Amino acid sequence: MNEIVATTVSRAEVEDLFYHEADLLDSWRLDEWLTLLTDDAAYYVPPNDRPDADARYTLFTIADDMVRLRERVIRLKDPNCHAEYPLSRTRRLIGNVRITGIESDVISAAANFIIHRFRHNDLLRVFVGHYRYKLKRQGGRLKIAERRAILDAEELGLLGSVSFIL
Amino acid sequence: MNYQPSSHDFVVENPEQQTFFVNREVFVSDDVLEHEKRAVFDRCWIYVGHASEIKNPGDFKTRPIAGRPIIFCRDREGEVHALINCCRHRGALVCREREGNARQFYCMYHGWTYHPDGRLKSVPGADAYGSAFDQKEMGLVAVPRLEAYRDFYFANFDRDAVDLQTYLGKAKDYIDLVIDQSPSGKMQIIAGTQEYDIRANWKLLVENSVDDYHLISTHSTWLNYMRNSGVNVTPPKGELLPTRGFGRDLGNGHLTTDNPNYRGRPVARWISVYGEDAKADIEAMRNELVGRLGSARAARVADTNRNLCIFPNLVINDGSSVTVRHFYPIAPDRMHVTAWALGPVEETEAQRARRLHAFLTFYGPGGFATPDDVAALEAAQLGFAAWREVPWSDLSRGMGKASDQQLATDEGHLRVFWRKWSEMMEARA
Repeated sequence: MNEIVATTVSRAEVEDLFYHEADLLDSWRLDEWLTLLTDDAAYYVPPNDRPDADARYTLFTIADDMVRLRERVIRLKDPNCHAEYPLSRTRRLIGNVRITGIESDVISAAANFIIHRFRHNDLLRVFVGHYRYKLKRQGGRLKIAERRAILDAEELGLLGSVSFIL
Repeated sequence: MNYQPSSHDFVVENPEQQTFFVNREVFVSDDVLEHEKRAVFDRCWIYVGHASEIKNPGDFKTRPIAGRPIIFCRDREGEVHALINCCRHRGALVCREREGNARQFYCMYHGWTYHPDGRLKSVPGADAYGSAFDQKEMGLVAVPRLEAYRDFYFANFDRDAVDLQTYLGKAKDYIDLVIDQSPSGKMQIIAGTQEYDIRANWKLLVENSVDDYHLISTHSTWLNYMRNSGVNVTPPKGELLPTRGFGRDLGNGHLTTDNPNYRGRPVARWISVYGEDAKADIEAMRNELVGRLGSARAARVADTNRNLCIFPNLVINDGSSVTVRHFYPIAPDRMHVTAWALGPVEETEAQRARRLHAFLTFYGPGGFATPDDVAALEAAQLGFAAWREVPWSDLSRGMGKASDQQLATDEGHLRVFWRKWSEMMEARA
Protein backbone atom coordinates (compact mmCIF):
# COMPACT_ATOMS: atom_id res chain seq x y z
CA MET A 1 0.00 0.00 0.00
CA ASN A 2 2.65 2.48 1.11
CA GLU A 3 4.84 1.47 -1.78
CA ILE A 4 2.19 2.35 -4.30
CA VAL A 5 1.51 5.72 -2.71
CA ALA A 6 5.21 6.48 -2.33
CA THR A 7 6.07 5.86 -5.91
CA THR A 8 3.60 8.50 -6.97
CA VAL A 9 5.23 11.34 -5.07
CA SER A 10 6.03 14.37 -7.17
CA ARG A 11 8.89 16.79 -6.86
CA ALA A 12 6.38 19.60 -6.38
CA GLU A 13 5.05 17.86 -3.29
CA VAL A 14 8.54 17.42 -1.88
CA GLU A 15 9.36 21.05 -2.66
CA ASP A 16 6.19 22.22 -0.90
CA LEU A 17 7.24 20.29 2.20
CA PHE A 18 10.78 21.72 2.15
CA TYR A 19 9.63 25.29 1.59
CA HIS A 20 7.03 24.99 4.32
CA GLU A 21 9.65 23.56 6.67
CA ALA A 22 12.06 26.39 5.82
CA ASP A 23 9.38 28.92 6.62
CA LEU A 24 8.57 27.31 9.98
CA LEU A 25 12.25 27.18 10.95
CA ASP A 26 12.96 30.76 9.84
CA SER A 27 9.96 31.99 11.82
CA TRP A 28 10.92 29.90 14.87
CA ARG A 29 7.57 28.05 14.85
CA LEU A 30 9.38 25.02 16.21
CA ASP A 31 6.43 23.15 17.72
CA GLU A 32 4.68 23.25 14.37
CA TRP A 33 7.91 22.15 12.75
CA LEU A 34 8.03 19.07 14.99
CA THR A 35 4.68 17.96 13.57
CA LEU A 36 6.37 17.56 10.18
CA LEU A 37 8.50 14.76 11.60
CA THR A 38 7.67 11.12 12.23
CA ASP A 39 7.73 9.90 15.85
CA ASP A 40 11.00 8.08 15.23
CA ALA A 41 12.69 10.77 13.19
CA ALA A 42 16.35 11.70 13.42
CA TYR A 43 18.24 14.91 12.73
CA TYR A 44 21.94 14.85 11.86
CA VAL A 45 24.67 17.37 11.24
CA PRO A 46 27.78 15.32 10.42
CA PRO A 47 31.23 16.60 11.31
CA ASN A 48 32.79 18.73 8.58
CA ASP A 49 35.68 16.32 8.08
CA ARG A 50 33.45 13.22 7.81
CA PRO A 51 30.38 14.37 5.87
CA ASP A 52 29.33 10.82 4.92
CA ALA A 53 29.88 9.19 8.29
CA ASP A 54 27.61 7.11 10.52
CA ALA A 55 26.71 8.68 13.88
CA ARG A 56 27.11 5.35 15.69
CA TYR A 57 30.87 5.37 15.12
CA THR A 58 31.64 9.03 14.49
CA LEU A 59 31.49 12.18 16.57
CA PHE A 60 28.88 14.35 14.89
CA THR A 61 28.03 17.98 15.46
CA ILE A 62 24.41 16.97 16.02
CA ALA A 63 22.86 13.50 16.12
CA ASP A 64 19.39 13.80 17.65
CA ASP A 65 16.84 11.09 18.05
CA MET A 66 13.28 12.31 18.52
CA VAL A 67 13.60 12.43 22.32
CA ARG A 68 16.55 14.76 22.16
CA LEU A 69 15.15 16.74 19.28
CA ARG A 70 12.03 17.55 21.32
CA GLU A 71 14.32 18.59 24.17
CA ARG A 72 16.29 20.73 21.73
CA VAL A 73 13.08 22.56 20.82
CA ILE A 74 12.28 23.07 24.52
CA ARG A 75 15.76 24.50 24.94
CA LEU A 76 15.52 26.77 21.90
CA LYS A 77 12.29 28.29 23.21
CA ASP A 78 13.87 29.04 26.60
CA PRO A 79 15.35 32.53 27.08
CA ASN A 80 18.14 30.78 28.97
CA CYS A 81 19.30 29.25 25.71
CA HIS A 82 21.93 31.98 25.60
CA ALA A 83 23.33 31.04 22.20
CA GLU A 84 19.92 31.82 20.71
CA TYR A 85 18.74 34.61 22.95
CA PRO A 86 17.93 37.04 21.54
CA LEU A 87 16.90 34.73 18.70
CA SER A 88 18.98 34.92 15.58
CA ARG A 89 17.28 35.85 12.33
CA THR A 90 17.73 33.25 9.68
CA ARG A 91 16.72 33.13 6.05
CA ARG A 92 17.11 29.92 4.15
CA LEU A 93 17.06 29.41 0.43
CA ILE A 94 16.33 25.86 -0.62
CA GLY A 95 17.11 24.79 -4.17
CA ASN A 96 18.06 21.95 -6.49
CA VAL A 97 15.36 19.80 -4.94
CA ARG A 98 15.47 16.25 -6.27
CA ILE A 99 13.90 12.92 -5.48
CA THR A 100 16.91 10.65 -5.32
CA GLY A 101 15.33 7.28 -4.68
CA ILE A 102 12.27 5.38 -3.58
CA GLU A 103 12.65 2.17 -1.69
CA SER A 104 9.69 0.44 -0.07
CA ASP A 105 7.90 3.24 1.83
CA VAL A 106 10.95 5.52 2.08
CA ILE A 107 11.43 8.39 -0.33
CA SER A 108 14.92 9.81 -0.48
CA ALA A 109 15.23 13.43 -1.46
CA ALA A 110 18.00 15.97 -1.59
CA ALA A 111 18.24 19.75 -1.72
CA ASN A 112 20.85 22.46 -1.46
CA PHE A 113 20.64 25.18 1.14
CA ILE A 114 22.05 28.59 1.90
CA ILE A 115 21.17 29.92 5.32
CA HIS A 116 22.10 33.46 6.23
CA ARG A 117 22.11 33.99 9.95
CA PHE A 118 22.03 37.42 11.55
CA ARG A 119 22.32 38.08 15.23
CA HIS A 120 22.54 41.13 17.43
CA ASN A 121 26.20 41.84 18.35
CA ASP A 122 27.36 39.21 15.92
CA LEU A 123 28.76 38.68 12.44
CA LEU A 124 26.73 37.54 9.49
CA ARG A 125 27.31 33.81 9.30
CA VAL A 126 26.48 31.91 6.11
CA PHE A 127 25.76 28.19 6.32
CA VAL A 128 25.99 26.49 2.93
CA GLY A 129 25.41 22.83 2.27
CA HIS A 130 22.96 20.19 1.21
CA TYR A 131 20.19 18.20 2.80
CA ARG A 132 19.54 14.51 2.51
CA TYR A 133 16.06 13.53 3.56
CA LYS A 134 14.18 10.34 4.15
CA LEU A 135 10.46 10.93 3.80
CA LYS A 136 7.52 8.70 4.59
CA ARG A 137 3.86 9.06 3.88
CA GLN A 138 1.76 8.85 7.03
CA GLY A 139 -2.01 9.32 6.93
CA GLY A 140 -1.69 10.74 3.45
CA ARG A 141 0.81 13.33 4.61
CA LEU A 142 4.45 13.40 3.58
CA LYS A 143 6.56 13.36 6.76
CA ILE A 144 10.22 13.64 7.56
CA ALA A 145 11.76 10.45 8.94
CA GLU A 146 15.33 11.66 8.73
CA ARG A 147 17.01 14.91 7.85
CA ARG A 148 20.73 15.32 7.42
CA ALA A 149 22.19 18.80 6.99
CA ILE A 150 25.67 18.47 5.50
CA LEU A 151 27.77 21.61 5.60
CA ASP A 152 30.24 22.37 2.82
CA ALA A 153 32.63 24.32 5.07
CA GLU A 154 35.88 22.41 5.66
CA GLU A 155 35.51 23.22 9.35
CA LEU A 156 32.96 25.19 11.34
CA GLY A 157 35.52 27.96 11.88
CA LEU A 158 33.76 31.29 11.94
CA LEU A 159 30.37 29.65 11.65
CA GLY A 160 30.95 28.97 15.34
CA SER A 161 28.15 27.02 17.00
CA VAL A 162 25.30 25.26 15.27
CA SER A 163 22.85 26.53 17.85
CA PHE A 164 19.77 26.89 15.65
CA ILE A 165 18.22 24.11 13.58
CA LEU A 166 19.90 23.88 10.18
CA MET B 1 40.77 50.76 51.40
CA ASN B 2 39.56 50.04 47.88
CA TYR B 3 38.32 46.60 46.96
CA GLN B 4 39.87 46.79 43.51
CA PRO B 5 43.57 47.51 42.94
CA SER B 6 45.09 50.67 41.53
CA SER B 7 48.11 48.74 40.27
CA HIS B 8 49.09 48.47 36.62
CA ASP B 9 50.05 44.82 36.90
CA PHE B 10 48.10 42.24 34.94
CA VAL B 11 47.51 39.91 37.87
CA VAL B 12 47.05 41.40 41.33
CA GLU B 13 46.69 39.19 44.37
CA ASN B 14 45.99 40.46 47.87
CA PRO B 15 45.87 37.64 50.47
CA GLU B 16 44.93 39.97 53.36
CA GLN B 17 41.93 41.29 51.52
CA GLN B 18 41.30 37.87 49.99
CA THR B 19 41.17 39.31 46.50
CA PHE B 20 42.55 38.23 43.14
CA PHE B 21 42.16 40.41 40.06
CA VAL B 22 43.14 40.09 36.41
CA ASN B 23 43.45 43.19 34.28
CA ARG B 24 41.28 42.91 31.19
CA GLU B 25 44.00 44.38 29.02
CA VAL B 26 45.34 40.80 28.84
CA PHE B 27 42.26 39.85 26.78
CA VAL B 28 42.40 42.67 24.22
CA SER B 29 46.02 43.64 23.67
CA ASP B 30 47.98 42.68 20.55
CA ASP B 31 51.21 43.22 22.49
CA VAL B 32 50.15 40.79 25.21
CA LEU B 33 49.25 38.21 22.58
CA GLU B 34 52.60 38.49 20.79
CA HIS B 35 54.37 38.21 24.11
CA GLU B 36 52.28 35.16 25.07
CA LYS B 37 53.25 33.38 21.89
CA ARG B 38 56.94 33.67 22.76
CA ALA B 39 56.85 33.56 26.57
CA VAL B 40 54.14 30.91 27.04
CA PHE B 41 53.36 28.88 23.92
CA ASP B 42 56.98 28.62 22.76
CA ARG B 43 58.18 27.46 26.18
CA CYS B 44 55.49 24.99 27.25
CA TRP B 45 54.68 21.47 26.11
CA ILE B 46 51.89 21.94 23.57
CA TYR B 47 49.53 19.12 22.65
CA VAL B 48 49.99 17.86 19.09
CA GLY B 49 47.84 14.76 18.78
CA HIS B 50 47.11 11.22 19.88
CA ALA B 51 48.93 8.12 18.64
CA SER B 52 45.62 6.54 17.58
CA GLU B 53 45.11 9.26 14.98
CA ILE B 54 48.09 8.00 12.99
CA LYS B 55 47.79 4.29 13.55
CA ASN B 56 49.51 2.92 10.44
CA PRO B 57 52.90 3.61 8.85
CA GLY B 58 52.55 6.58 6.49
CA ASP B 59 49.47 8.00 8.26
CA PHE B 60 49.51 11.75 8.72
CA LYS B 61 47.40 14.64 9.96
CA THR B 62 48.19 18.26 9.26
CA ARG B 63 47.27 20.88 11.84
CA PRO B 64 48.55 24.15 13.23
CA ILE B 65 50.42 23.71 16.52
CA ALA B 66 51.52 26.82 18.42
CA GLY B 67 50.89 28.77 15.24
CA ARG B 68 53.08 26.59 12.99
CA PRO B 69 51.86 24.32 10.22
CA ILE B 70 52.68 20.81 11.43
CA ILE B 71 52.55 17.34 9.90
CA PHE B 72 51.88 14.84 12.66
CA CYS B 73 52.84 11.52 11.08
CA ARG B 74 54.12 8.00 11.44
CA ASP B 75 56.99 6.94 9.23
CA ARG B 76 57.45 3.60 7.47
CA GLU B 77 59.22 2.17 10.53
CA GLY B 78 56.39 3.20 12.84
CA GLU B 79 58.20 6.16 14.43
CA VAL B 80 56.04 9.23 15.21
CA HIS B 81 57.13 12.69 14.02
CA ALA B 82 55.93 16.26 14.19
CA LEU B 83 57.46 17.91 11.13
CA ILE B 84 57.18 21.54 10.22
CA ASN B 85 55.15 21.65 7.02
CA CYS B 86 57.43 24.03 5.16
CA CYS B 87 59.64 23.22 2.19
CA ARG B 88 63.33 23.85 2.84
CA HIS B 89 63.66 25.30 -0.64
CA ARG B 90 61.21 28.20 -0.83
CA GLY B 91 58.84 27.55 2.06
CA ALA B 92 55.61 26.21 0.58
CA LEU B 93 53.54 23.63 2.45
CA VAL B 94 54.70 20.19 1.33
CA CYS B 95 51.41 18.62 2.40
CA ARG B 96 48.15 20.41 1.73
CA GLU B 97 45.73 17.69 2.72
CA ARG B 98 44.02 17.45 6.09
CA GLU B 99 44.91 13.79 6.55
CA GLY B 100 45.86 10.65 4.71
CA ASN B 101 48.54 8.07 4.17
CA ALA B 102 51.65 9.17 2.32
CA ARG B 103 54.63 7.41 0.80
CA GLN B 104 56.26 10.84 0.50
CA PHE B 105 55.55 14.54 0.86
CA TYR B 106 55.84 16.32 -2.45
CA CYS B 107 56.23 20.08 -2.71
CA MET B 108 54.09 21.18 -5.61
CA TYR B 109 56.08 24.37 -6.14
CA HIS B 110 59.40 22.98 -7.43
CA GLY B 111 59.02 19.29 -6.86
CA TRP B 112 61.23 18.68 -3.82
CA THR B 113 60.20 15.39 -2.23
CA TYR B 114 60.52 14.25 1.38
CA HIS B 115 60.25 10.87 3.10
CA PRO B 116 57.52 10.46 5.77
CA ASP B 117 60.27 10.71 8.41
CA GLY B 118 61.23 14.12 7.01
CA ARG B 119 64.44 13.21 5.13
CA LEU B 120 64.85 14.90 1.77
CA LYS B 121 64.32 12.26 -0.90
CA SER B 122 64.89 14.03 -4.19
CA VAL B 123 65.51 17.45 -5.71
CA PRO B 124 64.87 18.04 -9.41
CA GLY B 125 68.08 19.32 -11.01
CA ALA B 126 70.19 18.85 -7.86
CA ASP B 127 73.37 19.34 -9.93
CA ALA B 128 72.71 23.10 -10.05
CA TYR B 129 73.72 23.45 -6.38
CA GLY B 130 77.24 24.02 -5.11
CA SER B 131 79.33 21.53 -3.16
CA ALA B 132 78.07 22.85 0.21
CA PHE B 133 74.56 21.64 -0.59
CA ASP B 134 74.03 18.46 1.43
CA GLN B 135 70.72 16.68 0.86
CA LYS B 136 71.10 14.86 4.19
CA GLU B 137 70.82 18.15 6.05
CA MET B 138 67.92 19.52 4.05
CA GLY B 139 65.10 17.41 5.41
CA LEU B 140 61.90 18.86 6.83
CA VAL B 141 62.58 20.51 10.18
CA ALA B 142 61.12 18.61 13.10
CA VAL B 143 59.69 20.40 16.12
CA PRO B 144 62.62 20.89 18.54
CA ARG B 145 61.17 18.43 21.06
CA LEU B 146 58.47 15.78 20.71
CA GLU B 147 57.53 13.52 23.61
CA ALA B 148 54.54 11.40 24.54
CA TYR B 149 52.78 10.40 27.70
CA ARG B 150 50.44 7.40 27.29
CA ASP B 151 49.85 8.11 23.59
CA PHE B 152 49.31 11.87 24.03
CA TYR B 153 52.02 13.61 21.97
CA PHE B 154 53.30 17.05 22.91
CA ALA B 155 55.79 19.36 21.20
CA ASN B 156 58.05 21.93 22.75
CA PHE B 157 59.68 24.74 20.79
CA ASP B 158 62.14 25.32 23.62
CA ARG B 159 65.06 22.88 23.31
CA ASP B 160 65.98 23.44 26.95
CA ALA B 161 62.58 22.65 28.41
CA VAL B 162 62.23 20.00 31.14
CA ASP B 163 61.08 16.61 29.88
CA LEU B 164 57.35 16.05 29.36
CA GLN B 165 56.83 13.73 32.34
CA THR B 166 58.42 16.24 34.70
CA TYR B 167 56.35 19.01 33.12
CA LEU B 168 53.08 17.09 33.51
CA GLY B 169 53.85 16.15 37.12
CA LYS B 170 50.69 15.43 39.08
CA ALA B 171 48.55 15.95 35.98
CA LYS B 172 49.72 12.48 34.90
CA ASP B 173 47.57 10.93 37.64
CA TYR B 174 44.49 12.53 36.12
CA ILE B 175 45.41 11.37 32.62
CA ASP B 176 45.82 7.88 34.08
CA LEU B 177 42.32 8.07 35.57
CA VAL B 178 40.90 8.71 32.10
CA ILE B 179 42.85 5.87 30.53
CA ASP B 180 41.87 3.44 33.29
CA GLN B 181 38.43 3.29 31.63
CA SER B 182 40.00 0.98 29.09
CA PRO B 183 40.60 -2.67 30.08
CA SER B 184 43.71 -2.71 27.87
CA GLY B 185 44.87 0.76 28.88
CA LYS B 186 44.39 1.92 25.30
CA MET B 187 42.19 4.83 24.34
CA GLN B 188 41.53 6.16 20.88
CA ILE B 189 40.45 9.39 19.29
CA ILE B 190 37.10 8.70 17.65
CA ALA B 191 36.62 9.85 14.04
CA GLY B 192 34.88 13.19 13.57
CA THR B 193 36.48 16.51 14.47
CA GLN B 194 34.76 19.54 15.92
CA GLU B 195 36.63 22.65 14.80
CA TYR B 196 35.17 26.03 15.53
CA ASP B 197 36.26 29.55 16.31
CA ILE B 198 35.22 31.52 19.36
CA ARG B 199 35.37 35.27 19.10
CA ALA B 200 37.00 35.62 22.48
CA ASN B 201 40.42 35.51 24.05
CA TRP B 202 41.84 32.00 24.43
CA LYS B 203 42.40 32.35 28.18
CA LEU B 204 38.65 32.68 28.70
CA LEU B 205 38.23 29.10 27.50
CA VAL B 206 40.77 27.88 30.05
CA GLU B 207 38.71 29.54 32.75
CA ASN B 208 35.38 28.39 31.33
CA SER B 209 36.46 24.76 30.93
CA VAL B 210 37.01 24.32 34.66
CA ASP B 211 34.69 26.95 36.14
CA ASP B 212 31.76 25.23 37.82
CA TYR B 213 30.39 28.47 39.23
CA HIS B 214 28.69 29.19 35.89
CA LEU B 215 26.82 25.90 35.59
CA ILE B 216 23.42 26.90 36.97
CA SER B 217 23.16 30.26 35.20
CA THR B 218 24.77 29.38 31.87
CA HIS B 219 23.52 25.80 31.51
CA SER B 220 20.01 25.79 32.93
CA THR B 221 18.59 24.46 29.66
CA TRP B 222 20.93 21.46 29.83
CA LEU B 223 19.92 20.91 33.46
CA ASN B 224 16.27 21.03 32.37
CA TYR B 225 16.96 18.38 29.77
CA MET B 226 18.58 16.14 32.38
CA ARG B 227 15.66 16.77 34.74
CA ASN B 228 13.11 16.04 32.02
CA SER B 229 14.97 12.79 31.39
CA GLY B 230 14.65 11.72 35.01
CA VAL B 231 18.11 12.63 36.31
CA ASN B 232 18.26 14.32 39.71
CA VAL B 233 20.17 17.54 39.17
CA THR B 234 18.71 19.61 41.97
CA PRO B 235 21.41 21.01 44.26
CA PRO B 236 20.91 20.25 47.97
CA LYS B 237 19.94 23.26 50.06
CA GLY B 238 22.81 25.73 50.41
CA GLU B 239 24.84 24.19 47.56
CA LEU B 240 25.48 25.61 44.09
CA LEU B 241 25.74 22.23 42.37
CA PRO B 242 24.08 18.83 42.70
CA THR B 243 27.28 17.45 44.25
CA ARG B 244 30.12 19.12 46.11
CA GLY B 245 33.37 18.91 44.17
CA PHE B 246 36.77 20.47 44.37
CA GLY B 247 39.17 22.52 42.27
CA ARG B 248 42.72 21.19 42.44
CA ASP B 249 46.15 22.68 41.88
CA LEU B 250 48.30 20.05 40.14
CA GLY B 251 51.46 22.15 39.99
CA ASN B 252 53.20 23.74 36.98
CA GLY B 253 50.01 25.59 36.09
CA HIS B 254 47.99 22.40 35.57
CA LEU B 255 44.64 22.18 37.31
CA THR B 256 41.49 20.14 37.49
CA THR B 257 38.04 19.92 38.90
CA ASP B 258 37.28 16.77 40.81
CA ASN B 259 33.56 16.22 41.29
CA PRO B 260 31.34 13.37 42.47
CA ASN B 261 29.35 12.45 39.37
CA TYR B 262 25.62 13.13 39.08
CA ARG B 263 25.24 13.34 35.31
CA GLY B 264 26.02 9.77 34.29
CA ARG B 265 29.15 8.31 32.76
CA PRO B 266 29.43 5.91 29.83
CA VAL B 267 32.01 4.12 32.04
CA ALA B 268 30.34 3.13 34.28
CA ARG B 269 27.45 4.96 35.88
CA TRP B 270 23.99 4.57 34.48
CA ILE B 271 21.46 7.37 34.21
CA SER B 272 17.94 7.22 32.79
CA VAL B 273 19.01 9.06 29.61
CA TYR B 274 20.88 5.91 28.50
CA GLY B 275 17.69 3.84 28.57
CA GLU B 276 16.83 0.66 30.49
CA ASP B 277 18.56 -1.47 27.87
CA ALA B 278 21.93 -0.07 28.83
CA LYS B 279 21.65 -0.87 32.53
CA ALA B 280 23.03 -4.41 32.46
CA ASP B 281 25.86 -3.49 30.13
CA ILE B 282 26.99 -0.61 32.33
CA GLU B 283 26.77 -2.87 35.37
CA ALA B 284 29.06 -5.34 33.58
CA MET B 285 31.50 -2.56 32.75
CA ARG B 286 31.44 -1.56 36.37
CA ASN B 287 32.24 -5.11 37.44
CA GLU B 288 35.14 -5.24 35.00
CA LEU B 289 36.50 -2.03 36.53
CA VAL B 290 36.20 -3.36 40.08
CA GLY B 291 37.82 -6.67 39.09
CA ARG B 292 40.72 -4.95 37.38
CA LEU B 293 41.29 -1.94 39.61
CA GLY B 294 39.71 -2.77 42.97
CA SER B 295 36.60 -1.06 44.27
CA ALA B 296 38.23 2.19 45.43
CA ARG B 297 40.02 2.91 42.16
CA ALA B 298 36.97 1.76 40.17
CA ALA B 299 34.83 4.28 42.06
CA ARG B 300 37.42 6.95 41.36
CA VAL B 301 37.24 6.17 37.63
CA ALA B 302 33.49 5.68 37.34
CA ASP B 303 32.02 8.03 39.95
CA THR B 304 34.00 11.23 39.50
CA ASN B 305 34.03 13.85 36.76
CA ARG B 306 37.24 15.70 36.11
CA ASN B 307 37.84 18.68 33.86
CA LEU B 308 41.61 18.71 33.49
CA CYS B 309 43.57 21.62 32.08
CA ILE B 310 47.15 20.94 31.02
CA PHE B 311 48.82 24.34 30.95
CA PRO B 312 48.40 26.28 28.78
CA ASN B 313 45.84 25.11 26.21
CA LEU B 314 44.83 21.45 26.47
CA VAL B 315 41.62 20.45 28.20
CA ILE B 316 40.57 16.87 28.81
CA ASN B 317 37.04 16.75 30.17
CA ASP B 318 36.12 13.39 31.63
CA GLY B 319 32.46 14.04 32.32
CA SER B 320 29.35 13.07 30.36
CA SER B 321 31.88 11.58 27.94
CA VAL B 322 35.57 12.27 27.34
CA THR B 323 36.52 15.25 25.22
CA VAL B 324 40.03 16.27 24.27
CA ARG B 325 40.22 19.83 23.09
CA HIS B 326 42.93 22.33 22.45
CA PHE B 327 42.83 25.90 21.28
CA TYR B 328 45.11 28.60 20.00
CA PRO B 329 44.70 32.35 19.59
CA ILE B 330 44.26 33.77 16.11
CA ALA B 331 43.88 37.30 17.47
CA PRO B 332 43.35 38.73 20.97
CA ASP B 333 39.59 38.40 20.44
CA ARG B 334 39.52 35.13 18.52
CA MET B 335 40.61 31.54 19.09
CA HIS B 336 40.44 28.37 17.07
CA VAL B 337 39.17 25.32 18.99
CA THR B 338 39.64 21.69 17.95
CA ALA B 339 37.83 18.99 19.89
CA TRP B 340 37.59 15.22 19.71
CA ALA B 341 35.90 12.41 21.58
CA LEU B 342 38.14 9.82 23.26
CA GLY B 343 37.03 6.28 24.06
CA PRO B 344 38.41 2.86 25.04
CA VAL B 345 39.56 0.91 21.97
CA GLU B 346 37.60 -2.17 22.99
CA GLU B 347 34.19 -0.53 23.27
CA THR B 348 31.35 -2.45 21.63
CA GLU B 349 29.21 -0.78 19.01
CA ALA B 350 26.47 -0.12 21.57
CA GLN B 351 28.92 1.29 24.10
CA ARG B 352 30.52 3.54 21.50
CA ALA B 353 27.13 4.80 20.33
CA ARG B 354 26.15 5.54 23.95
CA ARG B 355 29.41 7.42 24.54
CA LEU B 356 28.89 9.57 21.46
CA HIS B 357 25.25 10.24 22.32
CA ALA B 358 26.28 11.29 25.83
CA PHE B 359 29.00 13.51 24.37
CA LEU B 360 26.58 15.43 22.17
CA THR B 361 24.09 16.02 24.95
CA PHE B 362 26.48 18.45 26.58
CA TYR B 363 29.60 19.11 24.51
CA GLY B 364 30.41 20.58 21.17
CA PRO B 365 29.11 23.26 18.82
CA GLY B 366 25.73 21.52 18.50
CA GLY B 367 25.48 20.35 22.12
CA PHE B 368 23.08 21.58 24.78
CA ALA B 369 25.82 23.39 26.72
CA THR B 370 28.89 24.39 24.71
CA PRO B 371 27.07 26.93 22.49
CA ASP B 372 26.03 28.77 25.64
CA ASP B 373 29.62 28.75 26.90
CA VAL B 374 30.64 30.26 23.58
CA ALA B 375 27.91 32.89 23.98
CA ALA B 376 29.17 33.71 27.48
CA LEU B 377 32.78 34.06 26.34
CA GLU B 378 31.80 36.22 23.39
CA ALA B 379 29.65 38.39 25.66
CA ALA B 380 32.63 38.83 27.99
CA GLN B 381 34.90 39.75 25.09
CA LEU B 382 32.39 42.39 23.94
CA GLY B 383 32.35 43.79 27.47
CA PHE B 384 36.15 44.04 27.46
CA ALA B 385 35.91 46.86 24.91
CA ALA B 386 35.53 48.95 28.08
CA TRP B 387 38.68 47.51 29.67
CA ARG B 388 40.05 50.96 30.44
CA GLU B 389 36.94 52.02 32.36
CA VAL B 390 36.12 48.64 33.92
CA PRO B 391 39.56 47.08 34.13
CA TRP B 392 39.36 44.18 36.57
CA SER B 393 38.08 40.63 36.30
CA ASP B 394 37.43 39.24 39.76
CA LEU B 395 38.69 35.74 40.56
CA SER B 396 38.58 35.99 44.35
CA ARG B 397 36.10 33.23 45.16
CA GLY B 398 37.40 31.01 47.93
CA MET B 399 40.51 33.15 48.57
CA GLY B 400 40.08 32.73 52.30
CA LYS B 401 40.17 28.92 52.19
CA ALA B 402 43.07 26.49 52.33
CA SER B 403 44.13 25.12 48.95
CA ASP B 404 42.69 21.66 49.63
CA GLN B 405 39.31 23.18 50.51
CA GLN B 406 38.80 25.03 47.23
CA LEU B 407 35.47 24.01 45.73
CA ALA B 408 34.97 23.61 42.00
CA THR B 409 32.59 26.58 42.32
CA ASP B 410 35.40 28.62 43.88
CA GLU B 411 38.11 30.09 41.72
CA GLY B 412 41.19 28.63 43.37
CA HIS B 413 41.94 26.39 40.39
CA LEU B 414 41.47 29.32 37.97
CA ARG B 415 44.02 31.25 40.00
CA VAL B 416 46.47 28.38 39.46
CA PHE B 417 46.37 29.13 35.74
CA TRP B 418 46.74 32.85 36.20
CA ARG B 419 49.66 32.61 38.61
CA LYS B 420 51.58 30.39 36.17
CA TRP B 421 50.64 32.61 33.22
CA SER B 422 51.81 35.70 35.09
CA GLU B 423 55.06 34.02 36.16
CA MET B 424 55.88 33.01 32.57
CA MET B 425 54.97 36.39 31.14
CA GLU B 426 57.19 38.15 33.67
CA ALA B 427 60.10 35.73 33.32
CA ARG B 428 60.42 36.73 29.70
CA ALA B 429 59.77 40.46 30.19
